[in-house]
Amino acid sequence: MSFSLARGGSTTRANVYAGTSAPSAPGTQRTTRPIVTGTSVIGIKYAGGVMLAADTLASYGGMAKYKNAQRLVSVNPKTLIGGGGEYSDFQSLTDLLRANALQDSCTADSLYAEEDGAEECAREVWNYIRAVMYNRRNKMNPLWNDIVVAGFAQDKDGSTGEPFLGLVDKIGTAYGDDMIATGFGSYLALPILREKYRADLEEGEARALLEDCMRVLFYRDCRASNRIQIAKVTKEDGVLISEPYELDTSWDSASFVVPKGELEGDGGW
Amino acid sequence: MFRNQYDTDVTVWSPEGRLLQVEYAMESVKQGSACLGLRSSTHSVLGALKRSVSEHASHQKKLLEIDDHMGIGIAGLTADARTIAKWMRNECLNHKYVYGTPMPSGRLLTDLADKHQRTTQTYVRRPYGVGLLVASYDKNGPHLYQTCPSGNLYEYYASAIGARSQSGRTYLEKHYETLNDASRDDLIMHALRALTGCVSGDVELTKDNGSIAVVGKDEKFTLIEGDELQPYLDRLELEGGTGGGDDDDDDDDDEEGGEEETKEEGGVEAMET
Repeated sequence: MSFSLARGGSTTRANVYAGTSAPSAPGTQRTTRPIVTGTSVIGIKYAGGVMLAADTLASYGGMAKYKNAQRLVSVNPKTLIGGGGEYSDFQSLTDLLRANALQDSCTADSLYAEEDGAEECAREVWNYIRAVMYNRRNKMNPLWNDIVVAGFAQDKDGSTGEPFLGLVDKIGTAYGDDMIATGFGSYLALPILREKYRADLEEGEARALLEDCMRVLFYRDCRASNRIQIAKVTKEDGVLISEPYELDTSWDSASFVVPKGELEGDGGW
Repeated sequence: MFRNQYDTDVTVWSPEGRLLQVEYAMESVKQGSACLGLRSSTHSVLGALKRSVSEHASHQKKLLEIDDHMGIGIAGLTADARTIAKWMRNECLNHKYVYGTPMPSGRLLTDLADKHQRTTQTYVRRPYGVGLLVASYDKNGPHLYQTCPSGNLYEYYASAIGARSQSGRTYLEKHYETLNDASRDDLIMHALRALTGCVSGDVELTKDNGSIAVVGKDEKFTLIEGDELQPYLDRLELEGGTGGGDDDDDDDDDEEGGEEETKEEGGVEAMET
């Protein structure tokens, strides 16, 4: 985002319209389809905070091209985002959010202000992303992503408040819930998350639940991989992202071995 | 001594290292009618004396709402104040749209101070001829800030600006230690008492020329004017005094300021309140 002195002091960051070119002018381009893509991101609130899971695959159409792509990223010490969809757009958005966080930590050091908690809380990051995505959609040049935002909402008196989990899609739809899933996850994982969710889930339980869902996604989503990362945000420790690791899978199930027609029962019709 | 040669442009230093145009702008603030502010641990209150050009004219509004959690009191060029208020409102609204939360007041005020400073370093512009007292409530509690044409920004527990504001400041200095734990209504009474010291000659503080605003925990920025102000004035009356020639206890009352006030009243009244 450019810093323009001539603008007479208005906050350039609140002006999300800066820095994007007119999509319909000759010689400029706009996004029409995603090229390098990440698949589902899933998330759930638990007793200690919020947890997200995503695989580390960025696909090039049908090719599993980048097998170590980071799709869960921290934007400030207390907020985590995960992105599916076009990977370059996700990187661009991450750069933007990190630049904002850097600016926050610099201005918090100013002569006048003693701002504790100057950094944006997850709810504010979610709202900001919503504004950016909606603005790009209106120019018919979207950031082709589904973004999941995880962290805490700030109370009116500045203290860390309730756990927050929200989603923003490429057209600027924004909503929050106790469990979130994007892409294929919204069809395959969300029903599992909804059934198993409890407000007092412990960390181990939440992690097992997410791993279960990622395993199902690996079995059934042909753009998914079994190499996953889990990330959590807690009040005490902020954002923690695990190293990638591989899920154990079992291909012994009858439905993988025997053609559907030869199975017991209706064979899945 | 060298004032006349070096005071034409804002970008010219005097030999004593002063920017005279900026100082002249601050003089304009001193000519405006009194405006004061004070805060406790839960609320921030503004009070102002509204001037009217003549008996038949309305009293000029001095307290302006910026957002649910913020408002300002002005002293000096009203037109400049309105421009600043419009900018502040716009910034607060944009922030709320983009981030979904109220604008943190510290951030807005530092941007406002920078905005003031810019005018003191640009050849084609002039400083804003208005001082603001900004009362706000955000996640760090209630705040009171003061801006001035030079671009300096101060945060206060209590302050007063404008004509005859010294007596207001004296009162607030006497009582500021009790402010932190004062109730909302006590704060308003303190504001009114401080304001009575700022009236001129035989003018009385009435519901027409007095003006109070409050913002605080669980209370949006609220103006208390006209009939709503009367109960507080009645309470003040019971204690014994809404002004009207009662200036004996104001040791530091600016006598010179009072005289100059009447002299210049005719020339500048249209612009400044």
